Amino acid sequence: MTDSSSLPASARAVVVGAGIVGSSLAYHLARLGWRDLVLIDKGPLPNPGGSTGHASNFIFPVDHSKEMTQLTADSVRQYKEWDVFTESGGIEVARTEERMQELQRRMSSAKAWGIEGCEIITPARVKELVPYIEESVIVGGFYTPGVGIVDSLRFGTIAREKAQELGALQVFANTEVLGIDVEGGRVTGIRTSKGDIATDMIVVCCGVWAPKVARMAGASIPLTPAVHQMIDVGPVPHFKDTKGVIEFPIVRDMDTNMYERQDGSGLEVGSYAHRAILHDPEDIPSNEEAALSPTELPFTQEDFEKQMEDALELIPEVLNDESVGIKYAINGLLSLTPDGLPLLGETPEVKGLWSAAAVWVKEGPGVGRAMAEWMTHGESEIDLQSSDIARFYECQKSRTNIRARAAEGFNKTYGIVHPSEQWESNRGVRLSPFYEREKALGAVFYEAAAWERPHWYQSNEKLLEEFGDRINMREAEWESRWWSPIINAEHLAMRERAAMFDLTAFCIFDVIGPGALACVQTVSTRQMDVGHGKVVYTPVLSPSGTFKSDLTVMRLGDEHFRVVTGGAHGMADLKWYSDHAAAGTTVIDLTSAWTTLGIWGPRSRDILASLTRDDVSHTGFPFGTCRTIELDSLRVLASRISYVGELGWELYVPIEQGAKLWDLVWEAGQAHGIAPAGIGVYGTTGRLEKCYRAFGFELDADFTVVEAGMAPPKVKGADFIGKEAHLRHREADPAAVLCTLTVDDHTSKSGQKRYMLGREPILAKDGSRLVDAHGRGSYVTSAGAGPSIGKHILMAYLPPENANVGEELLVEYLGEQYPVTVQCNDATAVFDPENARVRA
Amino acid sequence: MRILCCVKRVPITGGRMVLTADAQAIETKHLGFTISPHEECGVEEAVRIVEAGGGEVVVLTLGPEEAAEQIRDCMAIGADRGIHLVSSEEWDAQGTAAAIADAIRADSENTGPFDLIVMGNESADAGGYQVGIRVAYALGLPVVTGLKGLAVDGGRARCEQEAPGGRDVYDVALPAVVTVKEGLNLPRYPSVPAKLRAKSKPLDARAVDRPASQLEKLRLVVPEGSRKQAEILGEGREAAPRVVEVLQQLGVA
Amino acid sequence: MTLVVLESADDELSRQALTLGESLGQARTVTIEGPYAPAAWAAAIVEAAQGDDIVGPGSDRGNEVLAHVAAQLDLPLAANVTDVRGDELTRIRWGGTLLEEARLHSDRRLMTAAPFAFAPSNSLLQAQVLAPNLDGAVAVVDHVAPDTGGKVSLADAKVVVSGGRGVGSAEGFAILEELAALLDAAVGCSRVVTSAGWRPHSDQVGQTGTKVSPDLYIACGISGATQHIAGCKGAKALLAINADREATIFAHADYAVIGDLHEIVPAITAELRKAKGA
Repeated sequence: MTDSSSLPASARAVVVGAGIVGSSLAYHLARLGWRDLVLIDKGPLPNPGGSTGHASNFIFPVDHSKEMTQLTADSVRQYKEWDVFTESGGIEVARTEERMQELQRRMSSAKAWGIEGCEIITPARVKELVPYIEESVIVGGFYTPGVGIVDSLRFGTIAREKAQELGALQVFANTEVLGIDVEGGRVTGIRTSKGDIATDMIVVCCGVWAPKVARMAGASIPLTPAVHQMIDVGPVPHFKDTKGVIEFPIVRDMDTNMYERQDGSGLEVGSYAHRAILHDPEDIPSNEEAALSPTELPFTQEDFEKQMEDALELIPEVLNDESVGIKYAINGLLSLTPDGLPLLGETPEVKGLWSAAAVWVKEGPGVGRAMAEWMTHGESEIDLQSSDIARFYECQKSRTNIRARAAEGFNKTYGIVHPSEQWESNRGVRLSPFYEREKALGAVFYEAAAWERPHWYQSNEKLLEEFGDRINMREAEWESRWWSPIINAEHLAMRERAAMFDLTAFCIFDVIGPGALACVQTVSTRQMDVGHGKVVYTPVLSPSGTFKSDLTVMRLGDEHFRVVTGGAHGMADLKWYSDHAAAGTTVIDLTSAWTTLGIWGPRSRDILASLTRDDVSHTGFPFGTCRTIELDSLRVLASRISYVGELGWELYVPIEQGAKLWDLVWEAGQAHGIAPAGIGVYGTTGRLEKCYRAFGFELDADFTVVEAGMAPPKVKGADFIGKEAHLRHREADPAAVLCTLTVDDHTSKSGQKRYMLGREPILAKDGSRLVDAHGRGSYVTSAGAGPSIGKHILMAYLPPENANVGEELLVEYLGEQYPVTVQCNDATAVFDPENARVRA
Repeated sequence: MRILCCVKRVPITGGRMVLTADAQAIETKHLGFTISPHEECGVEEAVRIVEAGGGEVVVLTLGPEEAAEQIRDCMAIGADRGIHLVSSEEWDAQGTAAAIADAIRADSENTGPFDLIVMGNESADAGGYQVGIRVAYALGLPVVTGLKGLAVDGGRARCEQEAPGGRDVYDVALPAVVTVKEGLNLPRYPSVPAKLRAKSKPLDARAVDRPASQLEKLRLVVPEGSRKQAEILGEGREAAPRVVEVLQQLGVA
Repeated sequence: MTLVVLESADDELSRQALTLGESLGQARTVTIEGPYAPAAWAAAIVEAAQGDDIVGPGSDRGNEVLAHVAAQLDLPLAANVTDVRGDELTRIRWGGTLLEEARLHSDRRLMTAAPFAFAPSNSLLQAQVLAPNLDGAVAVVDHVAPDTGGKVSLADAKVVVSGGRGVGSAEGFAILEELAALLDAAVGCSRVVTSAGWRPHSDQVGQTGTKVSPDLYIACGISGATQHIAGCKGAKALLAINADREATIFAHADYAVIGDLHEIVPAITAELRKAKGA
């Protein structure tokens, strides 16, 4: 059948996918002034047949992740604004005591992120709210009154209509993408079943089809379609008198990975408990072929058997009723990613090809707004950095990795996930040249950016005896999980003597060429026009003066800079520098070319000196410089900086020489009592004692450089991204101050010593939340042991009126409050505040 | 009353028929399965009769291993027992009827004769219109087809068959074979406990060998389709005047 | 030689069957008198056929009687045939949305003609009238006509106004009923509607419902699933009203209106009233 209107020949941007994300994005772009927008979907409207169309449509606002909670809160606000939100309340029920502890953590997160009205309730109270629940199988619940359901399709319709009313948007249903034109690494056009459109901006918002569309451009959107099962039963006698769609709170049966929600006269029962059933983006039925829709696939009864029993146990009053029939049952398709977070931003492979995929209905509108801001201003108000699609390394984009991690993550949808929990699937992919040595030393490997890194070494168990009661053991199971007192022992060995660290997971890239200085100068906050051999630690800011990253840059030549950044955000940092590199400037990833061995501690100089004839004295090799030295037979780029607050160096060699480097340092170090030490020290104890900030913890898009206490004494004259905002921030009083606190008393009500792990709310002595002038609540950004000072250290942003040294406050952990005291309200360290060790 | 219902596993198709590469079957990788709509009503009717007057409902199918799913579905709406003749091949009507008749005879020897044998008027896929009748002949039983109404009482069945202008009424003595049509009743949805109970109801499965086909399927073909280019009369309520014009042209208004 | 069974001399489907019969060989025709008793009728046909091929219409009765014939003779029966080429034939599956090419392994051919697959034969043949032996036969003993309340039946209607999932509820059919009243049409529906309990099964058009062949079939909010098309493809003209520009129904439609049926149907009714008033 022929179309009545035809595609325009060109567009400012083409959005592919008219589900909740695409529709919301189109509206927000229009609102921000974009015109000549085109939105296409291969299905019909208003329900194109994607995941939005069959979604359960309920929103639980509390998440352990700050970003997800913010996106959800913003989405709820938008849904409410257009009157498509119906509040019902929601209860996460616990069947076990272990789960009750997890509910305490939910309560904690609710307080930390400021979700009002939440409370832990008794089974009796659950029964009052949800009369058809079987009280005897639960031990309690976490009640969030603000939970509700939304009409996501209606929201999408309104979004499209509003954009069309602004004259900004044309919408074409039944229009399928057939190809994407790319020239010189940039999008130049899109080909569809209804014609071609010239454009340099395409946003892929088509969920389970996104990888297929991205592949047409030669880019990767690493998600996999996956099933989650749901059935609808009815008519339910309890719901006979319901007017509207929902009157009873939604129940999340956490321990069984299921949920039950009222849907008019029926009850919808959904499950994330079954085996992971993954599908192929290339093999999804068309709208025509599918009996219901492409994402409503035939139900596989055998996968739901256990779930039926579990649901029957919890809601026998409804489900045991023979008159209540199963009217609808599907294997619904949704998108899963390797790390469970969305895929947002410009793809690193193709400029102009953006992704907004793997987004749930509960974040849809928030993502739409944030993406539109990102596309317009270069950043979004809500921090999207953990969802940046640029974060993946090549090996993580493999089909095997995507599927393995998605499958593993799926059954944790309502799981109890420890903050330090490690993945089990697809391990052992990136091994440093020190790997075999580490294994022999009993390294306990944790994974970061697909690298296997020792977190601590079992062979250091003997250090426990040496340091005796300076090591505090943890009594409670939760904080002992994914932890070892050996970490603290390694820390003390380092502070006493020396330790060596595997830092191979650093992301290393060089910026080379005539525009290299301009590039690093623009991106970095600190002065980059320094002498050769200078090492500069610098924040990297967004235009709004908040953190995009923090890293170190070594100047190796007039037109040669080497950037070293943490593995977790390395690839996103690489893209950021590349995006700001003018023609003729090369940004090249050298992560797999170099390996890094760190050596720190009072004896580190002695150890190095025994291996080299080069001058490694304090004056001979000043702090903050780098140069090539010869260690025995190796030529090593040595950089004298420290993230653990000790004298020492980062040693860089070509990767194939790593094992040799390890052996040299190891042997030379024996006489000095060197210990191998893991990331437990490098990432937590070492840096916390020095109050060094970490990106993604203290440093993110919510706080300014000034608030983080990292404003340089002078601002360089050269222009840099965020300069204008930063200057303004320097003029004004900060609305929050990053402080370091220590815990005064760890004793719980039951007499156990408890140790915080991070993200707990900081409260005033009367138990009330601390909220700054921008509405940000105080929470622990990092927590960990400070073995050298014998204290547990917490970092948190506090409102200025509370940011006083000596101020007494509370931290709430698993439902109990513990006294804490502010030790520092600036970047001063709690250990060696004069930095004497570093500058030894 | 002992009632035997025959059912057939068929795919739930969408808006378009897609065939496998060898054109021997419908491509079912994205499709779910069910039993023919007529048969759903047959099983529902049997269950209602037994619920009212006691007895047993046995479900029988000739089909691949996966067809056990359909038997369990029938059990979930009330069938008591299942017989599964397992074969992954496609059988013609004569072969099917012979196998069903054999199975019925064998079962009757063990547990006694059936009072009523219920089948669908024709299967949703092959639509041969003949299996029920052939089974009746094989068992020497009377058969009435295309039923939209059925009432059993005192060893007799009052049958209403869809006919031009209404329904033809038959009165037959049991035991008999009846084939029914959708519309006989509104089948129930299974409840959760019923589904769980269905898992443990007895299911006797045995392999059967297909005899040579007398009506041998060679290949399937998706018909050309009308290749119609519909004339768009308009969009929304503005199209109304043009629609009325067309109605008048067609002589219906 | 072929024996063609006619329901009556002027029955349309029977005359189509005659065309099929004539293509197989020299044809002679029979009709059967008396109350409908399929087994007895079949026995009479078997006797009359004397070993010839036997063809019947693909109507309910035609398929039933021929099935009895096939069972009595223990021969294969190809029901709803659309084409014959020697011992190969084409027959319909899935109510006509799929075709099967098959080989009949039998010297003697038993077939019914798929409705509307053949043009009706013009041949003037004197049909032999058979009188079956009804002793002990299963036969029709009564006839009940449903109380339609004067409404035109779906099978006979010249116009059918039909609704699908898009109508949304039982109450939603009110606007279709209004339009149907104006057009003297019957109201039909898709299987989704009957499964939801919005309309009785007697209103259902489709492979397992009523197969209609009106002058005009108006499909409102019906997507066009194959088993529904199987029931309405006999319509001489089809007007589809649907918000989805690309709904499968449009591939089978002669006329299309894109949009919300809840606005369009009342608008058509209003326009019709205007036209009639004027």
